[in-house]
Amino acid sequence: MRIGIPDDGGPLVPATPTTTARLVGLGYDVSVATGAGAGAGFPDTAYEAAGAVVVPDGEAWSADVVAITRAPDVLAASGPAGLRPGARGPDGLRIGAVLIAQIAPAARPDLVRALANRGVTAFALDAVPRISRAQSLDVLSALSNVAGYRAVVEAAAEFGGMFSGQVTAAGTTPPANVFVIGAGVAGLAAIGAAGSLGAQVRAFDVRPEVAEQIESMGATVVRADDAAQQVSADGYASALTTDQEAAALRAYAVETAAADIVVTTALVRGTAPTTITAEMVANMRPGSVIVDLAAPGGGNCELTVPGERVVSANGVVVLGYTDLPDRMPRHTSELLGTAVANLVQLGTPNRDGRLALDPDDVVVRGMTVAARGEVLWPPPPVAVSAPASPVRPASAVEPAETAPGSRQARPTGAGSRQAHPATRAVLLGLGAVLAALAVAASPADQVAHLTVLALAVVVGFYVISHVSHALHTPLMSQTNAISGIILVGGMLQIGSSDPVVTTLAVLASAVASINIFGGFLVTHRMLGMFRRGAPTDGSGR
Amino acid sequence: MTVESMVQAVYLVAAVLFVLSLAGLSKQETARRGVLLGMTGMGLALAATVALALDRSERPVGQTAGLILLVLVVGAAVGTWRARTVEMTQMPELIALLHSFVGAAAVLVGLGSYLSEPAGSGGAVHLVEVFLGVLIGAVTFTGSVVAFGKLSGRLRSSPLMLPGRNWLNLAAVVACGGLLWWFLAAGTAGLVPLLLMTVVALALGWHLVAAIGGGDMPVVVSMLNSYSGWAAAAAGFMLGNDLLIITGALVGSSGAILSYLMCRAMNRSFVSVILGGFGTGPGVAAAGGDAEQGTHRETTALEVADRLTAARSVIVVPGYGMAVAKAQYPVADLVARLTARGTVVRFGIHPVAGRLPGHMNVLLAEAKVPYDQVLGMDEINGDFGSTDVVLVIGANDTVNPAAQDDPASPIAGMPVLEVWQAREVVVFKRSMATGYAGVQNPLFFRENTAMLFGDAKDQVELIVQAL
Repeated sequence: MRIGIPDDGGPLVPATPTTTARLVGLGYDVSVATGAGAGAGFPDTAYEAAGAVVVPDGEAWSADVVAITRAPDVLAASGPAGLRPGARGPDGLRIGAVLIAQIAPAARPDLVRALANRGVTAFALDAVPRISRAQSLDVLSALSNVAGYRAVVEAAAEFGGMFSGQVTAAGTTPPANVFVIGAGVAGLAAIGAAGSLGAQVRAFDVRPEVAEQIESMGATVVRADDAAQQVSADGYASALTTDQEAAALRAYAVETAAADIVVTTALVRGTAPTTITAEMVANMRPGSVIVDLAAPGGGNCELTVPGERVVSANGVVVLGYTDLPDRMPRHTSELLGTAVANLVQLGTPNRDGRLALDPDDVVVRGMTVAARGEVLWPPPPVAVSAPASPVRPASAVEPAETAPGSRQARPTGAGSRQAHPATRAVLLGLGAVLAALAVAASPADQVAHLTVLALAVVVGFYVISHVSHALHTPLMSQTNAISGIILVGGMLQIGSSDPVVTTLAVLASAVASINIFGGFLVTHRMLGMFRRGAPTDGSGR
Repeated sequence: MTVESMVQAVYLVAAVLFVLSLAGLSKQETARRGVLLGMTGMGLALAATVALALDRSERPVGQTAGLILLVLVVGAAVGTWRARTVEMTQMPELIALLHSFVGAAAVLVGLGSYLSEPAGSGGAVHLVEVFLGVLIGAVTFTGSVVAFGKLSGRLRSSPLMLPGRNWLNLAAVVACGGLLWWFLAAGTAGLVPLLLMTVVALALGWHLVAAIGGGDMPVVVSMLNSYSGWAAAAAGFMLGNDLLIITGALVGSSGAILSYLMCRAMNRSFVSVILGGFGTGPGVAAAGGDAEQGTHRETTALEVADRLTAARSVIVVPGYGMAVAKAQYPVADLVARLTARGTVVRFGIHPVAGRLPGHMNVLLAEAKVPYDQVLGMDEINGDFGSTDVVLVIGANDTVNPAAQDDPASPIAGMPVLEVWQAREVVVFKRSMATGYAGVQNPLFFRENTAMLFGDAKDQVELIVQAL
């Protein structure tokens, strides 16, 4: 089959020479439109060297599989009958072609309808189900990462100072103060980028559980206890109550007034709440910079104009760019290209150049928005792993969304663990009844022994329960050595007048004493090997 | 004050020392003291027992003393030899073998006890005790021998699947019950049913463990540890000796707890492990053949060395494969070099890694890895997300994401090390074969996973050279 990489006009391209070589390796013919990779710094010759054929744009559109960065709106406007083979643009898509692109199906139902009407099978790179297996196809979190990084770069370009503190002959300059709101993928990337440039970074998130991630990126966590939500079940922030919102706004007011740079990435279920009011902006120092990553969803700052650079009355720059990933075309294209190649690879298990994605695979099903003339969006919900973590209802396309891939729910059988106390109680009760019966039926001298047994078992349970995992092997060889105490029984029989008994006893004693000596010595030898590291060791345990 | 009462007092001291010994073993700092306390307790108990044995001797005292000396010399010689020469990778076998000794001793002591006082003073109760002591001892003996055989590779480690195996076990138990009745009714002529029962119990022990696969050996070994304790406790009842009862109960409950912890670490019920035959149920075949796993990416030792040079934090996850390849020394060398460069390197140990609880910790300790660099699963699982490179050396099921993602997987719900959250994972493996559970591992097909095929020891040595 032929894969076409048209030139969609923007700086991005969904195939780099590297990923093109992968596609060729999977058995496909790859047609790249002239100049498709120019914006990202990939010349036509590089694609040719990777095994692709450089063709006019119209020819790339008419391939069996077409990959573009973003599905354009044009298709919707041109109507179902507008198919013109060889034409430039999306109108050139063949009937039954496969389209791989960011589609934003939730926001553009008309486009999805038009694609379906044309018999196009459309896979949305921005509708990948959030399960671990699909992470390599997920461009959303990859692009969020790029956007967070670029936000800091834009801010640094606007800011009239250096991020890291400097000591020069002519005096010292303090480091810049950066405040990041929302520690999703984009927020964490922004924290990392700002920290690497030498700024002092503070960050806030309404989800208390991400504090650790903020600290791991080297930032200080801003705490506003009244604003903290319960630990979220699905890893996404939910809307705040009025009280929480007021508390959060107080924290924002204090932090923004002290900050040189504010990066705000708050996104709740796809919509952008207001985090920075006009009043807060008025209280910021002139020359400060606000980068609003939520601009595509309307913006977190009241002054934000999506896509524009705005300067407030008191000289604060508010950046509402919506094309941050496009401003790093080389790496963004590499990430997109890798996701496309991964998807194609998933659908080409035999490396024979025939795309056959399994429609029953939950990952494929989730990405398929149109096929065989039908609209297939939204897909049926995916059972991620644990019933406690519902899949988020609608997918948003904005890069600022919080998507911690690390937050896969843990499906450890919580239910079965909880059953343990009950089972244990029943077993204990049963044991107690049996033991009581046994004691009642025994002669008096046995009762004393049974008492000793019961007490020793209890002591044993308590003593052993606290042994650390690392010492289980020494513990086992030690208990094994101690159980050689059966030697006592053997030795007492050695003195018997019956030669058979003596023989048995000697044998028993011999094996048991091997146990005692071997067990103790080997335990001692093992423990001699365990040693503590140098006290400077960072793990501190 | 008679010898008897003196001995009882010493036994009490020894019992307390044993409890303190096991308590000491709970922490690294006190573990060595724990062993010394145990040795002291044992020394005291043996000295007192020798005194008692000589006092009670029905033979000339010199003869008894000679025999005891002989026994101790033999035991000390063999035991010391084994303890000095055993390799740490063979520790599971050694411990299984030592369990079988306790079982054998329990059988012999039980038979001896019956022979020396057939219709003994205790009457029926004593006879029941003898019977139970021999039964538990015999099961422990053959069970441990089979476990030893499987662990040392002398027996096939795959589970033995006889038709109706659970019914066979049940039949053996029922037969033992019948023999007990005969034994009690037979009075002084009870040797025949007693020996018959011994044979049945030996077969039962053999079959029980033969039906359990090699990967479940951590549970089996700790279960046999528990049995050996109960065998000693039964001998204590038989001989009316409280020291044996206390010690046996301590060991028995410790083994039981360990088995429980192991089962929980595998998210399986104790019964299902004991009944054996894991990985052969009808549901497994369907879940095993995942066609859509995709392709894996291969890497070379040189590339891995490059990545390690660039990494700031590294976690090493060892498994049974590291023990098989005896790779712990080169691994420790690699880690020491990386640590010296300022890289943060730690080990993540799954509770059931290896063939014995805590096996990996012992191997790493042998290779002089500081124990504060070696963390357990719960301690380290949160840190994988902030780790640059994870080296998985000979581990498979314990790092399988299917346990979390795939509810249909046979290992679903088993707690695993979440290595896939790291930026990059390198898996050392001999081939693409599945692990013990026979489940394909989606980890190998992830985008951030690279496979390094070949002998783990050779590969790690190549990496060390490249560094």
